[in-house]
Amino acid sequence: MNEWPLWEVFIRGQHGLAHQHAGSLHAPDAETALNNARDVYTRRNEGVSIWVVKSSDITASSPSEKGPLFEPAASKPYRHPTFYEVPDEVKHL
Amino acid sequence: MTPDEIFQDRIDRGIKIEPKDYMPEGYRKTLIRQISQHAHSEIVGQLPEGNWITRAPSLRRKAILLAKVQDEAGHGLYLYSAAETLGVSRDQMIADLHSGKAKYSSIFNYPTLTWADIGAIGWLVDGAAIINQIALCRCSYGPYARAMVRICKEESFHQRQGYEILLTLCRGTKEQKAMAQDALNRWWWPSLMMFGPHDSESPHAEQSTKWKIKIVSNDGLRQKFVDQTVPQGEYLGLTFPDPKLKWNAVRGHYDFGEIDWQEFKNVIQGNGPCNRDRLRARIEAHEQGAWVREAAMAYAKKHENKAAA
Repeated sequence: MNEWPLWEVFIRGQHGLAHQHAGSLHAPDAETALNNARDVYTRRNEGVSIWVVKSSDITASSPSEKGPLFEPAASKPYRHPTFYEVPDEVKHL
Repeated sequence: MTPDEIFQDRIDRGIKIEPKDYMPEGYRKTLIRQISQHAHSEIVGQLPEGNWITRAPSLRRKAILLAKVQDEAGHGLYLYSAAETLGVSRDQMIADLHSGKAKYSSIFNYPTLTWADIGAIGWLVDGAAIINQIALCRCSYGPYARAMVRICKEESFHQRQGYEILLTLCRGTKEQKAMAQDALNRWWWPSLMMFGPHDSESPHAEQSTKWKIKIVSNDGLRQKFVDQTVPQGEYLGLTFPDPKLKWNAVRGHYDFGEIDWQEFKNVIQGNGPCNRDRLRARIEAHEQGAWVREAAMAYAKKHENKAAA
């Protein structure tokens, strides 16, 4: 059968926060996806804004590349402020 | 370590499994069966309650029941989406439900004869579902666990509205209280059956526990349900249809009688009071909606072509 395409739904919970992935749904087009997202994912004031994106349009990193992609950051603790020793007497640093 | 050993180690360390991660075929298959069965239960579960929307006794009750049934639809959709991340299509799952290959919770094969049944379903059936679902929030598969968290948050109102319906009936006339008692009499045992067979009879239990797809045993969950529900029923002034139900101070739990497993098997095998009705209603809705799905798709394609031109 001719299944409706899959859409990913992102919701901004409150003004000032970023959109977050809420889930997915099937819909024939963007407008219907938006309407359905409103019914499926915001029945209890969960959002002030919705994005829908066709799942097929998302490019995702692959779990097998997790090492080369993310491990280099682990060996660079000097990117964090706690790496540096500063005497207690020195304030506002 | 083999891929299966790495996988098991990850689960043992409490790291969630996500859709694109390696997983053994058995894990994938078990989850597809369990999540789709759960989704089907939410969808078929709309039918017994939908039966009372037009006859709810007040506008307040009607609005509540509509919201609840709409939630069940939403819960079915969250769960279908979670199952789809494992590589099964929505169409396939629906086809399996309609052909009888996939099951749904046997509780929805019982009829809703009176308004008190709507109260009993909320209190007992949703109560039992919540106990099961709270445990599943910790399951090893990320999309399933996340759907469960969402569902648990929403489902608490379902149970409370059901209890409130029964409380109102129990504080009403003698006839109304008798109606509540009758509903408890009919729904109590099927609710206990919702937790499934005894652990000793449960064929996949050990592997599912190892994979953290099953978190607490069937009997453990059932005991928890009995322990928390009996005092609630006593508060209503109702009696449970089980002469063996009794507080056991030594165990610190209620003892209760044996479930009629023959009835359980019968209903699962399709011979409950409403099995044929429920499936017929689902298939009819699906078939009668086919032209809407096709028309919406044709409309979307037409506009896509226009935009491209």
